[in-house]
Amino acid sequence: MLSHIRTLWLVFLHLFRKKETIQYPEKKAYLAPRYRGRIILSRDPDGGERCVACQLCAVACPVDCIALDGTEDEHGRRFPSFFRINFSRCIYCGFCEEACPTYAIQLIPDFEMAEYNRKNLVYEKEDLLINGEGKYHGYNFYRVAGLAIKDKDKGEAENESPPVDPKSLLP
Amino acid sequence: MDPTLQSVLLGLTVLFVLLHLAGFLIWVERRLLALMQDRLGPNRAGPFGLFIIVADIIKIFTKEDWTPPFADRPVFVLAPAIIMITALLGFTVVPFAPGLVVMDSNIGVLFFLAMSSMGIYSVILGGWASNSKYSLLGGLRMSAQMFSYEVFMGLALMGVVILAGSLNLSDIVEAQRGMWFVVPQFIGFVLFLIAGLAESHRLPFDMPEAESELVAGFHGEYSSMKFGMFFVGEYMGLTLISALIVTFFFGGWLGPGFLPPVVWFSLKTALFIGFFILLRAAIPRPRYDQLLAWGWKYLLPLSLVNLVATAVVVLIRHG
Repeated sequence: MLSHIRTLWLVFLHLFRKKETIQYPEKKAYLAPRYRGRIILSRDPDGGERCVACQLCAVACPVDCIALDGTEDEHGRRFPSFFRINFSRCIYCGFCEEACPTYAIQLIPDFEMAEYNRKNLVYEKEDLLINGEGKYHGYNFYRVAGLAIKDKDKGEAENESPPVDPKSLLP
Repeated sequence: MDPTLQSVLLGLTVLFVLLHLAGFLIWVERRLLALMQDRLGPNRAGPFGLFIIVADIIKIFTKEDWTPPFADRPVFVLAPAIIMITALLGFTVVPFAPGLVVMDSNIGVLFFLAMSSMGIYSVILGGWASNSKYSLLGGLRMSAQMFSYEVFMGLALMGVVILAGSLNLSDIVEAQRGMWFVVPQFIGFVLFLIAGLAESHRLPFDMPEAESELVAGFHGEYSSMKFGMFFVGEYMGLTLISALIVTFFFGGWLGPGFLPPVVWFSLKTALFIGFFILLRAAIPRPRYDQLLAWGWKYLLPLSLVNLVATAVVVLIRHG
């Protein structure tokens, strides 16, 4: 009986506590940098597209929402001729990001993508491609680190960059 | 003015106020519950989210009013009306201020008890006419629960009646001029509070609905305004029980003279409505058989002891 009265009193005191609610459109909740939200395509530090159209993301995608095709520019560098993500199918699992060998495809902390028209959820390459490096700074797939040879470690020979630790930002 | 006309006018006013109050209580309950759970509750539509009531009403009126093909149609339609009618009729004997009572009956207590008993029919018939298992279970639970708790609800009030020497609610309030009956009749007050909670089948005694066990119990098959009437009836039952606790145990309209009697009455009633909402937020639902065993084994004997003790004390005093 006493415990019931104590319960009532404690619940009454909660009337005056600070509220947990975040009033969403005005205030926004903190989203961690690794939050899996909208998908983007990033560029390398030199401004070139990171994507090499290897199709690994499309293969990894469990709901088949990624469609792309590759082509080559005049220097023989591969890039996607089109890159289409159907966000009405996407489940934001992040497998594409894990599969990507060049850190091109990335999931960012943004979930505000509601649309009135379902077709507007199909994002084309110009909607996906951003002008920055996204979450992974300073990484360029073409600046290969090479192999360790006699007297020279990885990345010490001509036209080589020091190796990037690809595991450093993985969960 | 003609007393009959005056009664009719007052009755219409009470009807008007109560129906609006029931709508308002939806908002009050949602906000208060939310605040007690460290949330904010509906605060978007209009000032303090008050227009949520309007939105709710528009929603509930525009929903499809669907009667299941397997339901017993006349009874199905009748059931939600009964709960409204009995709850409203219960208010006719409540004195809001000196002379401000729709029906100044000299059997007011009996009339209220009768009306609250009639309210059971709504739930039982609703559960029966829905012709579905969960609804029927809800209705059955309601009948057992009401039956058990009604017995000592009346007995708990008898102490008050002995002290006041009248079944008229205005006389009972007047008899509390020296001391509110909550002091000499504290056990009676607690018993009436518990019984009233069970009668109005509010949480924590919402066995007939029991969302987590019976989905929605007796009104599971109801939609649109028929469901709305159950809802409004529940809030009116809550208001009625609060008003009667105030009338029987907390001196009704009595209070220091700087506020008019109606305001005192409303303030006390509002306080008890808030308390009932606090109960809902704090106390979990007991098991069904526990509730019945508790009622018959402890509360009924306690109310009998209370009744006898009150009678003995009054007899010795007036010798």
